[in-house]
Amino acid sequence: MITTPMLEIAVLVLGMVILLVEAFATKIDRRILAFAAIAGLAVVLLGTFFVAPSPSPNQATGFWSFYTADRLSIFFKQFALLTTIFVLIMMIDYAPVLRSSFPGTQDGVGEFFAVPIFTCAGLMYLVSAIDFVFIFISLELVTISFYVLVSFTRRNPITLEAGTKYLVLSALSTAFLVYGIAWIFGVTGQTNLHRVAEALANPATDRGAALLGMVFVLVALGFKIAAVPFQIWVPDVYQGAPTPVTAYLSVGSKAAGFVVLLRVLLPFLTLPQTQRLIVLIALLTLIYGNLAALPQANLKRLLAYSSIAHAGYLLIGVVCFDARAVTFYLVAYLLMTLLSFAVLIIVAQQTGDEISDFDGLAQRSPFLAFAMLIGMVSLAGVPFTAGFLGKFYIFYTAVLQRQVVLVIVGVITVGCGFYYYLKVVRAMYWQSTANVDKISVNGLSRLAISALIIGTIWLGVYPQPIFDALKR
Amino acid sequence: MVLFTIFCPIIAAILIMVGAPARKTALAASVLTFAAALFLLASFGYGQPDFQHVTSFTISPEWRLSFTTGIDGLSLIMVLLAAIVTPAAVWFAGPIDKHENAFYACLLFISGGAIGAFASLDLFFFYAFHELALIPTFLLIGMWGTGNRVAAAWKITIYLAIGSFVLLLGLILLYQSVPAPLRSFDIRALTVAASLGQIAADAQHHIYLLLLIGFGILVSLFPFHTWAPEAYASAPAPAAMLHAGVLKKFGLYGLLRLAIPLLPEGARHWTTLLVVLLLGNIIYVGLVTIAQKRLDWMLGYSSVMHMGYIFLGIASAGILGVTGAAVLMFAHGVSIALLFALAGELRQRTGTLVFDELGGLARVMPFAGLAFGLGAFAAIGLPGFTNFAGEIMIFFGAFKNGWTMNGFHIFQIATVLALWGVVISTVYMLRAYRKTFMGTINDQWRQLVDLRPALRVPVALLVGALLCFGFFPQALVQIVTPGFRAYLTANNYLTGTQRCSHGAARRPRILTQYEEDAPQGRGYNRQ
Repeated sequence: MITTPMLEIAVLVLGMVILLVEAFATKIDRRILAFAAIAGLAVVLLGTFFVAPSPSPNQATGFWSFYTADRLSIFFKQFALLTTIFVLIMMIDYAPVLRSSFPGTQDGVGEFFAVPIFTCAGLMYLVSAIDFVFIFISLELVTISFYVLVSFTRRNPITLEAGTKYLVLSALSTAFLVYGIAWIFGVTGQTNLHRVAEALANPATDRGAALLGMVFVLVALGFKIAAVPFQIWVPDVYQGAPTPVTAYLSVGSKAAGFVVLLRVLLPFLTLPQTQRLIVLIALLTLIYGNLAALPQANLKRLLAYSSIAHAGYLLIGVVCFDARAVTFYLVAYLLMTLLSFAVLIIVAQQTGDEISDFDGLAQRSPFLAFAMLIGMVSLAGVPFTAGFLGKFYIFYTAVLQRQVVLVIVGVITVGCGFYYYLKVVRAMYWQSTANVDKISVNGLSRLAISALIIGTIWLGVYPQPIFDALKR
Repeated sequence: MVLFTIFCPIIAAILIMVGAPARKTALAASVLTFAAALFLLASFGYGQPDFQHVTSFTISPEWRLSFTTGIDGLSLIMVLLAAIVTPAAVWFAGPIDKHENAFYACLLFISGGAIGAFASLDLFFFYAFHELALIPTFLLIGMWGTGNRVAAAWKITIYLAIGSFVLLLGLILLYQSVPAPLRSFDIRALTVAASLGQIAADAQHHIYLLLLIGFGILVSLFPFHTWAPEAYASAPAPAAMLHAGVLKKFGLYGLLRLAIPLLPEGARHWTTLLVVLLLGNIIYVGLVTIAQKRLDWMLGYSSVMHMGYIFLGIASAGILGVTGAAVLMFAHGVSIALLFALAGELRQRTGTLVFDELGGLARVMPFAGLAFGLGAFAAIGLPGFTNFAGEIMIFFGAFKNGWTMNGFHIFQIATVLALWGVVISTVYMLRAYRKTFMGTINDQWRQLVDLRPALRVPVALLVGALLCFGFFPQALVQIVTPGFRAYLTANNYLTGTQRCSHGAARRPRILTQYEEDAPQGRGYNRQ
């Protein structure tokens, strides 16, 4: 029987092997490394379905007081693996751009395929972490590998700018995280989340100081999930980073941030201020993300603001503390965001990543246009797509808990969303273009995009498999 | 057979997108759907208030979500309306310059989505099918529209998207307002729960208001109507026919299906508001309609105005008014489709619909003139057309409404004012007819040709439907009445305000019938 920690170890070993092969076997086509990585991750993904259960987190000792293997964490390990596989497929499509950034050599392409594997390991540890120390370490593993990835095409000044911004602000948020953890440890004397919760239930604990620590932690996590007012970095970094990395940031980093948020907030729910604070952040995020997305003309920037907007909807789920609604929304978000980015990468190499570059895509490649259509209507929240059921579930929970303001703002911002997502659809189907070259799609990408389309529609029509997977 | 009427257009649309010959497939599918609807009409069990031809597939047992379809009288006539208007719209579409396949696929998606919404017995699919039909409407206007099509498409998209989400909130609240063990997306189960008095009165107030605003935006209730005339003026004729004729009735259908049986307290609470708003539709929009200088805008506004009558019937909450509303929904759908179709043909021939540039066209297009005249008379509500039957029932029903109110109250005032609406619609319809088809003809129009014989088939279909049910309105009335009677008695609309406190003494028929075939152990069998 496989135990859960073996999964992360397997992923780490896979990453190191690929790095070593990259260093010593200089003659091979680097794309072979990517295929090997995809195959390896797929095997680990298969392994996640056969893991043994772990001890109950409440009485856990030793390693198990840092690490949990509950249903939620295993689900999100699968989520991280799946995201990484799709990102690697996108990276293969992106490899020509990368080569042009390092003229005359294959240098660097191998690392480009190897680093995401370490990010994936970091994400997998992160979703299992139930101790502040462990959360911090795995979050750093994720963040540091993202530093490398974001500024990978470093000859490009925009990328360099993105890398610097990400590095500086991310380091700042890490500092907040450590400071917050220090306050919480100082008040409760514990770093394990369950013991922190027990300590906070004790009336002798200094609640004010614990709350201050929680706010600092919230700042750091707000940076990860791109919640207002910690979203300043998002548009520039998303636009400047290599597009597969942007996809990875917007899905992987966000999902991990939300899982940690759900775990970290649990002990603090006894404090009424926490909920009010998150309601406020959710409102600001919804309004800012959706309004700022309205005038965007660049699709990468549009998706950056849309990622902020979706963080707002997810925060509604966090306010109601419904882990299942948040998880379902994240799965829907994974499918539709990766779908949009996959199309964007292929189209951007032919024309560019402005929305006007998508003019007449329906004639140039009906398949890509249809894929983008599904991605956009799902992001907007049209029925029979995963995005609609995600929003439905979130609003359902919010209505159940009578979060009137959040629901009203949410509904109005959904209307905004229709405007800016359908702008892309309009460009693809309504605008004509002088450029009528066909766009070719290679077999693997076609397969991946088809799988994402089917997944988006399947979840929109028959969501029960995800509900079953989340049942404890 | 119900499933066939829903999925025949949808499958045909998918086939067309894949590459089947567009016009032939679309016509075949819509005629097949029409035949299936006629079969449903023929095999319908009259006098039964419950749903027939029920099929159900479970989607999520945990949420009690299932894909359930079935029809009662109200659903049947709405499905019939969709099945009559669709072949006419497809027939009128003709050759399309660009993306012909996508155009026909969109038309069939609207039709399939509308029929799906009318035949769904599950709140979720009721909503989702309507949304499925809305998206192609936006695309049709944006891609194939005329005039300021992009602005019109944006306006209708944003308006209706917000309307839909307000509606969605209302539906979620409705689902949650029922105590957890009875909770279900199944409309029949909700109806049973409501008739047992399980939906609290103050909850009903909120939910009804949300539903009224949500459905109101979709149906262009005053003051949420401004998207409609612009969208219809820009839309290609088949899209305007299907949306104004069929899809817009979804909101009214929703009020009749959900608000009346499930939320009687909410309906009572907001009656005054609804009556004021619908007078806005009839009087204010009616006057605006008179001021229009273009035929397409005038038709768009007139369709908004006529919604007011139907709302009056729904607001009256008596058996007569509600039945009249259902009949008028059908009649208005057919007549407005006919008028939009003819306006589209005129626009194709002349390139303009401005009244001042037209005139005397009946000399060169006598058949079109005759058909437009019949459509205009129907829209005014002349006896002999189905519209008359609907309107007269609404006026009588509203004057003697279901609420117990003393003296000369708002309903009587509203009815008197609404009667002036008939005068208003006579003014604008006859004026439009005179300016377009009568008077001196411009020299440039002397070469115009009349509708070609093939196009007379859909015109005959629509006019035939108007006249047939106009002379025999009882055919429609006896279909819808049993269902309404069951709801209205269940909620004691007719006998005053006392509620069925325990439901044991006088159990409404629909209740007992539903419980007989309700699955065991799901919580709504109380005895």
